[in-house]
Amino acid sequence: MRHGKYPLIITFLVPPLLLYGVFVVSPYLQAFQISTTDWLGYSADANPVGLDNFRTLLHDGYLWNALKNNALLLAVVPVVTIILGLFFATMLNMGGRRGRAGVSGVRGTSVYRTVYFFPQVLSVVIIALLWKEVYHPNSGLLNGTLGALGLPTPSWLGDPRTAFWCVLAVMVWSNVGFYVVLFGAAMSAIPRDIYEAVMLDGASRSVTLRKITIPLLWDTVQVAWIYLAIAALDAFVLVQLMTNGGPNFSSDVIGLRMYDTAFGSETKFGYASAIGVVMFFLTLSVAVLALRAGRRDRIEYS
Amino acid sequence: MNRRDILRRSAAAGLLATPAAALLTGCATGGDKDSGDGGAYQGTKSEQNPLGVKEDAPLEVVIFNGGFGEEYAKAHEAMYTERYPKAQIKHSATQEISKTLQPRFVDGTPPDVVNNSGAGQIDFNGLVSQKALADLGELLDAPSLDIPGKKVRETLLPGAVEVGSYDGRYLVMNYTYTVYGIWHSTKLFADKGWEYAKTWDEHIALCKKIKAAGIAPWTYAGAHPRYMSWPVISTAIKFGGPQVATAIDNLEPNAWKSDGMKAAADAWHQIVKDGYILSGSSGLDHKQSQTAWCQGKAAFISCGSWLESEQKAVTPEGFNMTVAPTPSLGSGDKLPFAAIRGTAGEPFMVPAKAKNVAGGLEYFRTMLSKKGAQDFTRKVASLTVVAGATEGVELPYGLNTVVKALEASGSNGFNWVYNNYYRKLERNLVDAACGEFFSGRIGPAEFLDQCQKGADSIAADTSVTKYKRA
Repeated sequence: MRHGKYPLIITFLVPPLLLYGVFVVSPYLQAFQISTTDWLGYSADANPVGLDNFRTLLHDGYLWNALKNNALLLAVVPVVTIILGLFFATMLNMGGRRGRAGVSGVRGTSVYRTVYFFPQVLSVVIIALLWKEVYHPNSGLLNGTLGALGLPTPSWLGDPRTAFWCVLAVMVWSNVGFYVVLFGAAMSAIPRDIYEAVMLDGASRSVTLRKITIPLLWDTVQVAWIYLAIAALDAFVLVQLMTNGGPNFSSDVIGLRMYDTAFGSETKFGYASAIGVVMFFLTLSVAVLALRAGRRDRIEYS
Repeated sequence: MNRRDILRRSAAAGLLATPAAALLTGCATGGDKDSGDGGAYQGTKSEQNPLGVKEDAPLEVVIFNGGFGEEYAKAHEAMYTERYPKAQIKHSATQEISKTLQPRFVDGTPPDVVNNSGAGQIDFNGLVSQKALADLGELLDAPSLDIPGKKVRETLLPGAVEVGSYDGRYLVMNYTYTVYGIWHSTKLFADKGWEYAKTWDEHIALCKKIKAAGIAPWTYAGAHPRYMSWPVISTAIKFGGPQVATAIDNLEPNAWKSDGMKAAADAWHQIVKDGYILSGSSGLDHKQSQTAWCQGKAAFISCGSWLESEQKAVTPEGFNMTVAPTPSLGSGDKLPFAAIRGTAGEPFMVPAKAKNVAGGLEYFRTMLSKKGAQDFTRKVASLTVVAGATEGVELPYGLNTVVKALEASGSNGFNWVYNNYYRKLERNLVDAACGEFFSGRIGPAEFLDQCQKGADSIAADTSVTKYKRA
């Protein structure tokens, strides 16, 4: 197969690279250029203004507020999602201990597996609308239950103290299912005899998880971390549909600032692109940091 | 060659591909400045054809597919083709006006008629400052299609032209006539023996009675609390006169802290303080709060006259919604109780670079004919800016009360336009302040402070074009 190797490689590589160039690289480059103009989006007139947009950004209180929320999402969503994902995946794959040898999940594993994956099948828009109704202050599922138990019934999305956390909870809820499956798949690649040995030594479930499973899953956890970090820096769709950043900007995120500046209440495409450029570098740095921080020696089974 | 080599080489190929992609990068802003031939289609002007429509020129119409649907527009288009049978009409309807049309504006190939409305509306300040809209002045001076002896301008309700004018140029044709007031169910009030209160003190007393009867006096859309800014500003204008609104529209310093606004904010704070708002309202959106109101969970709601058609599906039989003006603060009010906010709404525009500008204007003339307006009112149960076009049309209950309220208000009617000049100020900044105010987290002084701070930030923003009105 030595000759004829290049045509093959080219056939497979060129189309995706071309698509990537046209639909990913080129818009990015244009955004960089637009971010240095005062373009208002509905005419061909755009005057270069240098770094003015970025200077304005530094003093934009609404943007810093949105950034703070993204930072909170970044700190909370990946950790909670990964912990829950690992916990559920462990229980489904090796949680069962029915007093005999062999590694198996808890009772009803297949049912749980399907149920956890449900949110992944739904589109984000549907998830947002579904939860908006769950959080309905008077006729929602949540307050209905709380009311029946005689507990206080907050107005959730209508209260700046709770709105952001309500959206965050939905973000975790909608992501966990996918990571249960991802971690589950990675776990099934770990040789069973390791677990059998551990069980013979009498290790508890939590020790098994900490000392065996997580180290052997580290690569997967790292990938999950990066995906979730990027998702946390976005969160646009859920926020826009559930609260539109409110009340009083309490659940605002940087993606929504960008959208609102260009398509919402203003038409400042130049300034919005500057926000986009900042988002690009933030996401990039977070991804690089996550990769660096998570670097460990790779364990290969052979 | 092993796997690593392949990866390395493909990475190199990727690096080469990047500059190639850059070459592909046609710049988004780089449309030719002279491209787009505004008004390429020109016919000869005559008495029959005062706007100079080219008979066989195609016309492209983009409609916002919202509460009014698109059927009414198809009827208008049919009326247009009746007059110009050779003209091809390209009709489309969308809910996302800005996202769909933004590239076409940049390209210089916008449609001929755009119904710029809804949540995806394009900010008019941006469009006007970029000279993207055609001047509609010629339309106003053209004779009406079917009201003999009158120019189009003379067939419109008062204030209709001002709303779409920027620095004296009429750029936006607002087609509907919308009344903003406080709504209640005639049936509920008759059953309980309540009567709508004309003064604020009586209103508070009535709220007390309503609450005692186990119904929440008020509800509002917590997700869009700006709906509550309308009655507050209306109360202030009735107290202090129309200059309260002019000052706000012109971004005058401390316009939001005028005596009128202070009196109004203090008054409205009462319904928050005394717990006259349906609990949980802050967590409802406009549909949810309006539905709660239709279900009789609350007695009053603030909305525009589109409310009746928006709530059609969930309004119980015999509910009979009625619009009423905001209560007067006292006998010192500059405007009488009957004064109500009426304004032209539902904006239509002809882009400056549209190929068939004359056709667009002619299409508006068709819409503003008596026949066009009556058909609209019949189809979507909403008033138009055409005076007297409701004659002979049977109106639903709520719309009938709107017509009566307008008649009673007469020349005392008032309006403000800062929301058209500076969309962000109403949609984002005043909106957020209203949310805080009506959920009771801030008091009236802080509320006005927050509104003023928003207005000041717009005034200080050099990238926003400012407009003044008298």
